[in-house]
Amino acid sequence: MDKITRISAVLFMGLALAACQGGGRMPDSSTDGNTAVFGGDDGASTSGMGDGSRVAMTPEEAEIARLMQDLIVYFEFDQSDIRFEFNDMLAAHGSYLADNPMKRVRLEGHADETGGREYNIGLGERRAQAVRRILMLQGASAAQLETVSYGEERPAALGSDEEAYGLNRRVELVYE
Amino acid sequence: MRNRYFLSQAWLIATLLGGLLIAAESAHSQLQVRITEGVARPFPIAVVPFAWNGAGDVPFDLAELVATDLSDSGRFQAIPNENMLTQPTRPADVNYRDWGILNVDYVVIGQLEQVSPDNFTAAFQLFDVVRGEQLLGFRVSTATQDLRAAGHQIADMVYEEIIGIPGIFSTRIAYINEVRDSEGEAIYRLIVADADGENARVVTESSLPVMSPTFSPDGRRLAYVSFEGNRARIFVQTLRTGNREVVSQRAGVNGAPAFSPDGRKLALTLSRDGNLDIFTLDLTTQVLIQITRNPAIDTQPVWSADGETIFFTSDRAGRAQVYKVRADAGQKVERVTFRGTYNARPRLAPNGNTLAVEYLDNDNYRIAAVDPHSGELIDILTSGSLDESPSFAPNGDTIIYATRRGNQGVLSTISTDGRIQREIAAVDGDVREPVWSPFARP
Repeated sequence: MDKITRISAVLFMGLALAACQGGGRMPDSSTDGNTAVFGGDDGASTSGMGDGSRVAMTPEEAEIARLMQDLIVYFEFDQSDIRFEFNDMLAAHGSYLADNPMKRVRLEGHADETGGREYNIGLGERRAQAVRRILMLQGASAAQLETVSYGEERPAALGSDEEAYGLNRRVELVYE
Repeated sequence: MRNRYFLSQAWLIATLLGGLLIAAESAHSQLQVRITEGVARPFPIAVVPFAWNGAGDVPFDLAELVATDLSDSGRFQAIPNENMLTQPTRPADVNYRDWGILNVDYVVIGQLEQVSPDNFTAAFQLFDVVRGEQLLGFRVSTATQDLRAAGHQIADMVYEEIIGIPGIFSTRIAYINEVRDSEGEAIYRLIVADADGENARVVTESSLPVMSPTFSPDGRRLAYVSFEGNRARIFVQTLRTGNREVVSQRAGVNGAPAFSPDGRKLALTLSRDGNLDIFTLDLTTQVLIQITRNPAIDTQPVWSADGETIFFTSDRAGRAQVYKVRADAGQKVERVTFRGTYNARPRLAPNGNTLAVEYLDNDNYRIAAVDPHSGELIDILTSGSLDESPSFAPNGDTIIYATRRGNQGVLSTISTDGRIQREIAAVDGDVREPVWSPFARP
């Protein structure tokens, strides 16, 4: 895919996802039930649109800014398969890393609290590795990617209901 | 980062046994009552206030400590001082009729004597009211700072004389405590305390998770996993000095450490390409041996007492079950548990005849006892919904585990026959991943 097409794809996807996805570390993310645009009722519901600040940015900068708001991949119970709705987002990150070989990212894998703690380290690691594989397929190099599994030890959402569990089964991309 | 400092934190342990309420007030003066179920008939016992022979006020109430220890075990019920008709302090003054009237089965009397400003002798005698005879008498020399320890020793001796197995009042417990500061940021602490929650000391503290604590067989060291620096590392820390070393910091997962019975090796979990397997690491030679080789999650290893078998958790059959393997890397893996859809995190009783596991009972995670030889489910011991991390007391009589009370992580103990239950809550935050020390060694 040439660069213009790739940027367009990312911009399109960024615009669509901005309507429903925030990113980064939000321990108190509100769970007000917004559903993601790309199917999958995974409970990812942090506000990401219209954060108010408007600065003059190049299209590339805007693209990257949007990409950097989209940093969490969510998973089904006991699963480490990447759901299809995250493919484009991960493709964008992979491309970005391929284009910027000095950039490094730490993939932090997590699990919900059901099941044993050390077992959940394994689940979080599987999820981080699944994200890592996709990023490498998209051109990121191994040297740019680090993984760590926190298991259930660092939940994003405190609580023992399915909504909290859905928010905790995740991999976070932490750019360094 | 501090590795050790004294924390004047007291657990709140309250038991409600037949209407008798005993509560220990915390440094923060916050009372938390917990319901305990005991045996149908705990032994009524009178622990009479000890005689004091020394300068000034008595430095410590040994009788109260002994009474609290024995009552907290669930097997005794100590009568309040105000119910005692007499309070003898010499064997010749013990009148069995005074105690028979109160339906007391056993009486403990004692004498605390000051030998020098900082040195004492504590003596006690134990009497069987029904048989009308003295069972035991003992004398302990101790310094001021060890008066609690002397009290626990006395409770141990009384317990063992009557119950027939060693008491655990002189043992320790390690656990993870997580608190949130005013901004909601988490602080993780690994704490070691006496078995009754006193003398809590922070072993390590971090803004990133600490988990999987485990004692060395001599009780002098703790191995644990710390995520400081945003990566998993296994540390071994000497408790007396606070000195620690990193024993494993390979790329990926470093987890679930377990000392071999001779203390020379660690079984641990490492990941290669994201796949978790079990290894053993010789702490002296650094030789690393791979024990399991399977695409599944293999983790949570624990050694048999003879050091030849390692039990562990694996999801190679789809969901977590308990397996065993030869510790010499023979890799002959056998499945242990077949009953139920989820059996994980095995822990062996000291006598090797029971495995405590996390067991999925319909939708509830509970602690179950499993026969390690046949794999048969013996009993589901607990009744919570998120019960986990069982650990045996070194006398094999009690299991401590982590559970929930509302949103708070708390610890609980259950006797291995399932009858006696006791809950322990921290003053601040959550407590979890309890591990019981071995018996204290000199």
